[in-house]
Amino acid sequence: MAEIRNYTVNLGPQHPAAHGVLRLVLELDGEVVQRADPHIGLLHRATEKLAESRTWIQSLPYMDRLDYISMMCSEHAYCMAMEKLCGIEVPIRAQYIRVMFDEITRILNHIFGVATLGLDLGAMTVFLYGFREREDLLDCYEAVSGARMHAAYYRPGGVYRDLPDRMPQYEAQHTRNARALAAMNANRQGSLLDFIDDFTTRFPKCVDDYETLLTENRIWKQRTVGVGVVSPEQAIGRGFTGPMLRGSGVEWDLRRKQPYEVYDRLDFDVVVGVNGDTYDRYLVRMDEMRQSNRIIKQCVDWLRANPGPVMTDNHKVAPPTRVDMKANMEELIHHFKLFTEGIHVPEGEAYAGVEGPKGEFGVYFISDGANKPYRMKLRSPAFTHLSAMDELARGHMLADAVAIISTLDIVFGEIDR
Amino acid sequence: MNSKLQRLSETLERVLGVKPVAHVGELTVEVAAGRYLEAARTLRDHPELRFEQLIDLCGVDYLTYGDRPREGARFAAVLHLVSLTHNWRLRLRAFCADDEFPLLPSVVELWPGVNWFEREAFDLFGIVFEGHPDLRRILTDYGFVGHPFRKDFPISGYVEMRYDPEQRRVVYEPVTIEPREVTPRVVREEQYGTE
Repeated sequence: MAEIRNYTVNLGPQHPAAHGVLRLVLELDGEVVQRADPHIGLLHRATEKLAESRTWIQSLPYMDRLDYISMMCSEHAYCMAMEKLCGIEVPIRAQYIRVMFDEITRILNHIFGVATLGLDLGAMTVFLYGFREREDLLDCYEAVSGARMHAAYYRPGGVYRDLPDRMPQYEAQHTRNARALAAMNANRQGSLLDFIDDFTTRFPKCVDDYETLLTENRIWKQRTVGVGVVSPEQAIGRGFTGPMLRGSGVEWDLRRKQPYEVYDRLDFDVVVGVNGDTYDRYLVRMDEMRQSNRIIKQCVDWLRANPGPVMTDNHKVAPPTRVDMKANMEELIHHFKLFTEGIHVPEGEAYAGVEGPKGEFGVYFISDGANKPYRMKLRSPAFTHLSAMDELARGHMLADAVAIISTLDIVFGEIDR
Repeated sequence: MNSKLQRLSETLERVLGVKPVAHVGELTVEVAAGRYLEAARTLRDHPELRFEQLIDLCGVDYLTYGDRPREGARFAAVLHLVSLTHNWRLRLRAFCADDEFPLLPSVVELWPGVNWFEREAFDLFGIVFEGHPDLRRILTDYGFVGHPFRKDFPISGYVEMRYDPEQRRVVYEPVTIEPREVTPRVVREEQYGTE
């Protein structure tokens, strides 16, 4: 009889189900995973080290490039940590705008997360459906910042500029007739807020559509129920946050427990799972999209009624207006100092965490009073989630390992930093 | 300082015997390397503290802090802890006693999630965590030499890599790019602009 030995295979770093550049060394006994050893760092760019040689404001756009599925949430943590150190108050309108875009980002991320989970498990349609809605939200990013992904829209002290009064429209092309063009531009006639408002009214129906494709689907349930089960104790000890923690039934959401910005004024529910398996985490993400939609709607209503400044008037961190800069000596000095030397942040240290779509994204700064951070540490949720891969995958089939990678909702930009 | 932070501060002082530092609404406790493991265990298990979740562990190199001569140790590990029971946050800092061979006990048995964070601190700063089950490099390349986040490690590194068509393999060579600094680092003197 032939000798049966364990088998070691490499999954990745070039594999469509590896969600980027994950090299996963799997030790298999037949088709059962005995050990999973993720090798990370193939996308390591030393963002934290780079930040030490750049001024406080120059490092901000790096945040978009960490988790490139939920860009603005990382910017948010960066700005909050800086504001904490500098002691800056953010205008209330800017806080509402930030919360609104945080939730837009959450929908962007969860659509992507659920859609790629579907794609990895062979359900392709939900991916195509989901990316239709993602496109609308990326248009919101573009309308407000000029960039579809790497927005650099949040700034220390507020946001870069107020919401635009006009939503950009599709232009005529020889491939589109007038009627098609009018239909595409039908909800883009008003301001950005009108467009987002229209989105919030049609989005719940879209989530229903995704659910008809997946939630009661027998194949979907067979592939996800009981796969990658995390007990609440395990989730806490392993440092899980976000849907990975709530999927296991732990009710912990920074938006509710340690509210930042204006989350304490908004009405939303914290979604909690029961069994802690892939299916429950899928359900948590689905329901979080509905809750985010509710929050966006409330923010839109508030923003319509309350105009005001969106940037602090402290010119040690925020540039003065062009008019003031040209007419006023002090503002000219502020402008010059800000753009040549950068912001000087008082000596000290601060940590700010936001409830990002994947979990708690935190930024920890040590400042020695210079115009550059002395040390920046990024706490990325997916890093801790992936570190539990061995524990989660052990004893599962090889095909389930793919489902587990996907349910962790990992993005290598922020794991490798 | 609000009443909740006050209460946590008093509890910490009573239980650990160390007075925490409060800054921008956050508490920091510093312990010596010898007491680190015991303090971490107390923080996790004491019923009035219950820091059952470790959010982050990172290494810090204080070599050039403030551009002034350094007092105290060079390397430290900084932990961010959360108590889900009491809804508290805390920062714990432990300095390594020896600058040449920074060593700390591992807390992986207290919080299993710290595993990769300690590997990262070892990889980037060379802090050795005693008792860690699998202290390999994690973020840098296979066969990397040095600890790149130390302050005396240049930002462009020492080696660069290219494909050599003659040898038909990837070769490592000394870096050819010059280090440059667009905006110089400035630490302002005290009382700047206030006279």
